[in-house]
Amino acid sequence: MSLEALIPSAIDGLMLGFVYGLAAMGLTLIFGVMRVINLSHGPVIALGMFVVYTLFTGPLGVNPYLGIVAALVIGLAFGVVEYFVALDRVINAPELTTLLATFSVNLMIIGIATSVFTTTPRAVDVSLGSVGIGNVTVLGTHAVAVLVAIVVAAGLYGLLFRTRVGKSIRAVANNRAAAELMGIDSRRMLALAFGIGTSLAMVSGALLSTLFPFNPLSGTGYEVKSFVIVVLGGLGNPTGALLGGIVIGLLEGVTTVFIPVSWVPVLEYVIFILILLVRPAGLLGARA
Amino acid sequence: MKRMRVPFLPAIVALLAVLAAFPILTNNPSMREELFLVFMLVTLASSINIIMGYTGYVSFGHIVFFGLGGYFAFYLMQIQGWHFIPSLIVAAIPSAVIAALIGFPILRLRGAYFALATVGINEAMRVVFNNWDLFGGAVGMFFNFSVYTQYGGAKAASELAYYTMTVVAIATITVSYLIKRSKFGLALMAIREDQDVAMIVGIRPSRPKIAAYVISAVFPAMAGATFFFKNGIIEPGHAFELLRSIESLVMVVLGGIGTVAGPIVGAAAYEWLRGFLITNPALANFQLFLAGLLLLVTVLFVSSGLVGWLRERFPVLRGYVP
Repeated sequence: MSLEALIPSAIDGLMLGFVYGLAAMGLTLIFGVMRVINLSHGPVIALGMFVVYTLFTGPLGVNPYLGIVAALVIGLAFGVVEYFVALDRVINAPELTTLLATFSVNLMIIGIATSVFTTTPRAVDVSLGSVGIGNVTVLGTHAVAVLVAIVVAAGLYGLLFRTRVGKSIRAVANNRAAAELMGIDSRRMLALAFGIGTSLAMVSGALLSTLFPFNPLSGTGYEVKSFVIVVLGGLGNPTGALLGGIVIGLLEGVTTVFIPVSWVPVLEYVIFILILLVRPAGLLGARA
Repeated sequence: MKRMRVPFLPAIVALLAVLAAFPILTNNPSMREELFLVFMLVTLASSINIIMGYTGYVSFGHIVFFGLGGYFAFYLMQIQGWHFIPSLIVAAIPSAVIAALIGFPILRLRGAYFALATVGINEAMRVVFNNWDLFGGAVGMFFNFSVYTQYGGAKAASELAYYTMTVVAIATITVSYLIKRSKFGLALMAIREDQDVAMIVGIRPSRPKIAAYVISAVFPAMAGATFFFKNGIIEPGHAFELLRSIESLVMVVLGGIGTVAGPIVGAAAYEWLRGFLITNPALANFQLFLAGLLLLVTVLFVSSGLVGWLRERFPVLRGYVP
C-alpha cells in the first residue's frame, strides 16, 4: 500500500482516537474510583449528542461548540443525580448488582430518548473548512475535536492531581475506609467522580455529534469501544484510557488501508480478549 | 433435608407439560407462540443461572451460545440438508466444545474482568460471523420455504419447534435442579461464596467451573437451534444480540438469583410485563423506561428477587421452592 493513503488515514484515526479516549476516560475513572462498570455510559454519550443537537436546532441556535460546554455541565449534574438514585444504596454490593443498576438507567434513558427523538438519524451540520498540508487534508471539525479532547483531558488531570478535591477522589479510590478516617466524605467524592465520568462521556458524545450522524441508540457502539479501550489501557487508569483510545483510533485508521473495514472490529475484539487474558492490568498497569 | 423430599421437580415438570399442552388442545396458535417465547426465555435464564447464580460468574455475553447453536444447526439444515432434530443435537456439540475452550482461559478471570471478557467474546463472534461467507456473512442464511415440507408444512414445523422448545426448557430446569441438589452444585456454590476458601477446603475450582460453564452453554445452543429453525432466517445481529443477553440476566435477578424457581418466574414475569406494556397504547413508548424502573427498584430494594424474597419472608417455603 502506498504511503499517500496511509498517512491521511493514520491522522484521521489518530484524531478520532482522542475523542474515543475521552469517553473511555470517563468509564475508567468511574471503575477506578468505585469498581463499577457503568453500563449507562453509551446512552449518556448519546445524550451528549442530543444536548448539542437540541440547543443547535432550538430557537436560540446555540453554536455546537458552546453546546459542548452545556454538555459538560449537564453531564456533571446528571452523573451526580444518577449516582444518588441508582448507585449509592448498592455501592458495596457485588458487581452484578451495580452492573444491573446502571443497566436499568441505560434502559430508562434509551426508553425516553427513543420516544422523544425517535430513531431517525440526526446530524449537527457544522463546517469549519479544512486545512491542507501537502497532500494531507485535515477537516476543521476534526482538528477542533482533538483540541477540545486534549483540553478536557488536561483539565481532568489538573483536577485529579493539582487540587484538593482531586486528591480526595484519589484517596477514596485508593482506600475508601482510610479516606473516611482522614475526614473525607467518601459519598460526596464517589458522586463527584461519577459525575465527572458521566460528564466526560457527554462531552465525547457532543464532539462526536459534530463529526457523524447519530440517533439515541448510537451510544451503544461507542460504549463497547470504550470497554475495549479501557481494558487496553488498564481498567481504572485514565492515562491508559487516553492512550488506548489513540491506539484504537490509529488501528482503525491504518488497518482499513490493508484489510476490509468489516474485519477491523474482529481485530479489536481479539486484542481485547488477549489483553484480558495475558495482561489484565492493561498496557500501563491498573489504577492511576 | 427431609423436607426437601417434597417433589418440586415432578411438580414443576407436570405444570410446564400441562401448560405446554394447553394451546395445542384448545388450538390457540397465538398462545402457542407466546409460550414458545416464554419457554425459550426460561431456558436462557435457567442456564445463565447455573454459571451466574450458582457459580458467581456474571456471564454478560452468554447469548453467544444461543447464536452459535443457531448457526451450526442452521448450517446443517440449510447447507447439508439434515433433519431438524439431529441438527439440533449435533449443533450442541461444537457449542459445548467452544464453551470448554473459551471457559478454560476466561474462567481464571474474576469479577468485572470475566464479565467484560464474555462481552468481548460475544461481540467478536458476531463480527466473525458477519464476515464468514460459509455462514452467509452479514446477510445470514434463510430457508427456502420448501425446507418445511419434509416436516409436513410450515404449521407442523412450527409445532415441532414448539414441542422441542418445551422439552429443552424442561431439560434445563431438571439439570438446574439436579445440580443444585448435588455435591457438584455444592462445590459451585462454595466457589461462588469464596473461591480461595473453597480451594482450602479441597475444591479444585477450575474443573467444576468449566463443567458449569459448558452445561450452561449447551441449553442456550439448543434453544438457539430451535428458535432459528422456526424463524427460518438467521443473521449475526439477531443471533448475537447483547441486549437479549442482558435481558436474561434481568429475568434471573427479577425471579431470584441462585434459586431453581427464580429464573422460571422471572422469565415468565418479564415476558408478561413486556407483552402488557407493548400492547398498551399509553405505555408502548415508555416500555423500556418502565422496564428499567422496575429493574432498578428490584436491584435496590428486593435484591434477592421475587422467589428469594418469598423464601425470606415465609421460611416454610424454603422446603418447597428450591
